[in-house]
Amino acid sequence: MSKMNLTRRGVIKTGAVAGAGLALPTYLSAAAHSGYTNAPTGDTVTLGFNVPQSGPYADEGADELRAFELAVEHLNGEGDGGMLSTFSSKALDGTGILGKKVTFVTGDTQTKSDAARASAKSMIEKDGAIMISGGSSSGVAVAVQGLCQEAGVVFMAGLTHSNDTTGKDKKANGFRHFFNAYMSAAALAPVLKNLYGADRAAYHLTADYTWGWTQQESIQAATEALGWRTVNNVLTPLAATDFSSYITPVLNSGADVLVLNHYGGNMVNSLTNAVQFGLRDKQVNGKNFEIVVPLYSELMAKGAGANIKGIVGSQNWDWKLENQMGAKYTGTNAFVQSFGNKYGFPPSQAAQTCYAQTLLYADAAARAGTFNPCAIGEALAGFEFDGLGNGPTLYRADDHQCFKDVLVVKGAENPEDEFHLVEIVEVTPTEQVTYDPNHPMFAGGALGACNPGA
Amino acid sequence: MFGLEKKDATLLLIVAVLTMCAPFILNPFPSDSGLAQFNAGYPDLMQRFVIFGIFAIGFNILFGLTGYLSFGHAAFLGVGSYSAVWMFKLLSMNVIPAILLSVIVAGAFALIIGFVSLRRSGIYFSILTLAFAQMSFALAYSVLTPITNGETGLQLSLNDPRILGTSISADGGIPVTQLFGIEMRSTYAMDVGPWLFQFNAGYYLCAILLLLAFYLSIRIFRSPFGLMLRAVKSNQQRMNYTGLNARPYTLAAFVISGMYAGLAGGLLASMDPLAGAERMQWTASGEVVLMTILGGAGTLIGPVLGAGFIKYFENIFSKINDNVLHQWFAFMPDGLEDFMVTIVHPFVGKGWSLTLGLMFMAVVIFLPGGLVEGGQKIGKLFRRKKAAEDTSPAAKTPAE
Repeated sequence: MSKMNLTRRGVIKTGAVAGAGLALPTYLSAAAHSGYTNAPTGDTVTLGFNVPQSGPYADEGADELRAFELAVEHLNGEGDGGMLSTFSSKALDGTGILGKKVTFVTGDTQTKSDAARASAKSMIEKDGAIMISGGSSSGVAVAVQGLCQEAGVVFMAGLTHSNDTTGKDKKANGFRHFFNAYMSAAALAPVLKNLYGADRAAYHLTADYTWGWTQQESIQAATEALGWRTVNNVLTPLAATDFSSYITPVLNSGADVLVLNHYGGNMVNSLTNAVQFGLRDKQVNGKNFEIVVPLYSELMAKGAGANIKGIVGSQNWDWKLENQMGAKYTGTNAFVQSFGNKYGFPPSQAAQTCYAQTLLYADAAARAGTFNPCAIGEALAGFEFDGLGNGPTLYRADDHQCFKDVLVVKGAENPEDEFHLVEIVEVTPTEQVTYDPNHPMFAGGALGACNPGA
Repeated sequence: MFGLEKKDATLLLIVAVLTMCAPFILNPFPSDSGLAQFNAGYPDLMQRFVIFGIFAIGFNILFGLTGYLSFGHAAFLGVGSYSAVWMFKLLSMNVIPAILLSVIVAGAFALIIGFVSLRRSGIYFSILTLAFAQMSFALAYSVLTPITNGETGLQLSLNDPRILGTSISADGGIPVTQLFGIEMRSTYAMDVGPWLFQFNAGYYLCAILLLLAFYLSIRIFRSPFGLMLRAVKSNQQRMNYTGLNARPYTLAAFVISGMYAGLAGGLLASMDPLAGAERMQWTASGEVVLMTILGGAGTLIGPVLGAGFIKYFENIFSKINDNVLHQWFAFMPDGLEDFMVTIVHPFVGKGWSLTLGLMFMAVVIFLPGGLVEGGQKIGKLFRRKKAAEDTSPAAKTPAE
């Protein structure tokens, strides 16, 4: 069975293999390049767009990808230039970034942290991506942001709404343009009080991950400050598709408001279930039963169909913003027009934030005069800009979060077509949604130092 | 050599050469050519190749030898990952304690699950392991959130204690995983003309562990213990009638294969310190079954091949998007180009699993012994020609 057969040739062969095996790792050294990770050498620069192409947020992912492609076109001087013409910073001239043509690679996050990191890693290690953008799930965004920090590239968060992304999990290499759960709650609370009064009992259904947790916490704090009671908070798995078993207990809980802390496909399904169970026609405690969806979008309104009518929520941006609320939100129409020309329908808020993030990154690189993540970080921190559709905006240096106006929206009662499913109720000014960087809901993390990698 | 027969020693040597030279072998195309899309020689994917190779080798010790089909092996992988990340959070960033703990915890976990599940065999055993794995997944996903951080996944942070290390590295970031000072992420890049070869420290650690795991598996396959496991597979009833209790043997095989999975999980976390619950989901358990069957269950090298095959598809084919397709078919006239892109589109990018499924079906139907059988068939073609010239019947046993 086992015999020791020592031959001269065998010993030499084994020795050579073992020697090579032992010698290789010691031969390795960390400094392969000087400067920073993936410094572009040719006449192109590669950006990595990592979006969900499958899973509950696939619709948002597809729209994000459209926006990224459009942004790359505009950066390279193709198309009509979109928001480049309205952007307050004029460092970009349509010749790529710093004279290098922009190319991009895409990946599928599958709405799973593991898969998202593998995909981002292959973009960084194989394709030489200098910046990673995308998202659509805060769990994924937090995981990929951590990876980018370790690898020494910039992460421009796409759609991620959890407080943690720029709160306890914030990173020096990560930047977020999108608003967050705290801002949603701060903007929604006064509207909810006007519509539904100060004496209400709320029942929360919450997606069981970082975004759901922080949004539920924010909404609960804001509504309890109005005088509402919180009856119960039930966590639902992100992968769930049928919510009927979670809706039934709501009927007899004594609650008169249902808060759905769900997004994407989750929200479409849970809202549909809730309406099917007749919640909206019910009277509880002598009041009409109401449903609130704190974060929603045109895409979800489309998915939910007639069920969305009259439901109140918040948004980062809407394509009708400039037409209805005035020239303060300049850039919106320019973007809607070039997006519409290319794809035949108006962009969602996910598309707008991804487009803006790409432009902001390119602009920061152009102003810094290098692709070094630390220099780009310095150029973005404390940067004030306008003309990207949200009005005057500040990239706060303390946590790399953007501060801008927040929209409170409502499902349209009689939409004129499928692009007018959401109507703007009011725009909450920046001051009302601004918070201290050390606010308890955001405490417990630190940016750390920026990491340029190699 | 190493107490192996010549045939096995050769196999071990081949695997050793393949893993050590992987950065060259997997990067055959110059990086500026269109075929660079198919290069797989970057650290993350090479690490995945060998780590899932270890996972599949371990699975094969159970499935290939005893015939017990476990549908819950991902649970051990996940448990291993969580233990390793906790070690990084609490103790130090050195990978040795993390890997040791992940193997031990996964072994203990396998002992408990195996003790219960092995009371049944066949489909009932498979269902029991599946149930346990789904249970672990659900626990990790929601109930045990304080330990696992649920859907978000367990990650390192700046305020972890790390008693034997530092909480914050000198430059203010989270320290990186290392082996006595060699950082796992450190990569030596070698530019040879248009080629770029990347030698990654973490990959070589995984590769050396793969060789050890492979060697151990050969020894198990050739030992009396391995023979006993094969006897369980061929006819357990007959074994019972001869007065032998098979359960201690199957339990030992189950625990060993659980420890292999734990090692793989610990390595995954050592290369990238994050553990997510989806690592334990039933799809992950199914994947290792596919790897083993695709490569050739019960063979030594098969599972490693199968693991490489699936990971290659998952990471390379999934990245071929419509833009790339248009570049490929750019030489054709417009209408034909769009037509070709439409035809190929469903099989690449998002549809990579469709292509993989078709190949899996083809392998199972035409090569029931997996890729290894394919290799043997090709080998036989050549050998028959040789045998005609040379009458010596020496080389006729196929490599297992």
